[in-house]
Amino acid sequence: MDVKNPNELKSPIEFPGQVHETADGGILVTKLDDAINWARANSLWPLVFGTSCCAIEMMSAADAKYDWSRFGFEVARATPRQADLIIVAGTIVMKMAPVLKRLYDQMPEPKYVIAMGACTISGGPFFYNTYSVVKGVDHVIPVDVYIPGCPPRPEALLHAMISLQEKIKNEPYFRKAKEEKK
Amino acid sequence: MVIVGLCLLGFLVVLSFILGYMERKVAAFMQIRLGPNRVGPKGTLQIIADTIKLLFKEGLTPKASDKFLFNLAPFIMVITSMLVVAPLAFAKNFQIWDINIGVLYVSAISSMAVIGILMAGWSSYNKYSLLGAMRSGAQIVSYELSIGLSLITIVILTGSLKLSDIVMSQAGGWWIFKGHIPAIIAFVIFIVASTAEINRAPFDLAEAESELTAGFHTEYSGMKFAMFLLSEYINLFVVSAVAATLFLGGWMPLHIGSLHGFNHVMDYIPSSVWFFGKTFFVIFVIMWFRWTFPRLRVDQLLNLEWKYLLPISMFNLLLMTAIAILGWHF
Repeated sequence: MDVKNPNELKSPIEFPGQVHETADGGILVTKLDDAINWARANSLWPLVFGTSCCAIEMMSAADAKYDWSRFGFEVARATPRQADLIIVAGTIVMKMAPVLKRLYDQMPEPKYVIAMGACTISGGPFFYNTYSVVKGVDHVIPVDVYIPGCPPRPEALLHAMISLQEKIKNEPYFRKAKEEKK
Repeated sequence: MVIVGLCLLGFLVVLSFILGYMERKVAAFMQIRLGPNRVGPKGTLQIIADTIKLLFKEGLTPKASDKFLFNLAPFIMVITSMLVVAPLAFAKNFQIWDINIGVLYVSAISSMAVIGILMAGWSSYNKYSLLGAMRSGAQIVSYELSIGLSLITIVILTGSLKLSDIVMSQAGGWWIFKGHIPAIIAFVIFIVASTAEINRAPFDLAEAESELTAGFHTEYSGMKFAMFLLSEYINLFVVSAVAATLFLGGWMPLHIGSLHGFNHVMDYIPSSVWFFGKTFFVIFVIMWFRWTFPRLRVDQLLNLEWKYLLPISMFNLLLMTAIAILGWHF
């Protein structure tokens, strides 16, 4: 069954239904993708990084009541070399921006970013149009998931992390590597 | 021999998965949390997911590092921790290498782990790594003394360095019961000093997160970091297994004096269950330490060893020698 395009069929009978092409690599690579993505999504180790009040909510999410270790986010690493995820929890000022960029660069691939709270999304409700605050952390590093709120509740952070897990589960690991090579 | 080695390798990897899962769950239990419960039934596949993730993570080698030593260090750590497993008696008549200097071999090889740590810290070209490695060097070299002295107390009672002889000598009762108070003191000192030697909290100064980011493995990522984790868990198992063998009777079932009915029932429990039961009990105690005590300062750590543990264990050794000569033990 290496029929890919129904228009190329020579027989007069049309192929009933739609033909979905597999992602490049076929069944083997896509199944391997699924396995790897399952592992990556269920073992997101966040970097210990908090700059203001959102960090308190992040710590609360790690504590007994919300307990993010249930989903496998438990191992918060202090060194960016071993982290998969950076939760930007708090205001990023101009002076902090290069540090954040460097921390992001030091993390090995694959890496993800969650922008937590109003300050990291847009510069914040208090400091808007302030000369010293970065107007959204996506000016500095690419963001995967945004969480609105000031500060967002721990449930919102958990929801964002589960959304990130779904994003990771649906992205092709091998094709991503190929695209980056180009 | 090759097949035995491969089986042992597989066993140790599975064991470190189990210990990793156990650590997560014990941590959760101590902190009134649930622990991993989404990945697989009751979160049992959590460590598998972590391992696969680490396998597919980018393995960085910093540009300024000494690349040969940097890549060699994790292997040295894993090899030294795996070598120590060889003379352990896992069950009755189940010992891979019954060497006649077993206790000496265990303490000699396990102290070589410091070379791997120093190598990792030095070659990373990172101030945190170097500081962590130096701390770890000071710590392991000092606590090695207490471990050695507390092992010798049991060797004095047994009169043999061979691990199988030590286990056989406990047929009538475990040394922690037969050896009076000095054996209990030696057991406590052994547990404290070995917790320090395998760099676990409250003695985890080598990787103190709040001061040194991650200590000697700051620059390691991906699979190389996973090998450090692997060696940490194997070390934990080895230390607990040695404590169980020397003080808690290895695979010997629990016998109480002349209660023949009770002793007979205990004999029906397989020897491997006894060995792993005791080992996992000690592992649980060491994990309990980790989630109970705050981390010590460097000077407090060295004071504890040189001012308290070492004099106590030397006096204890003297006391034990007197007991052994006068035949006061059971």
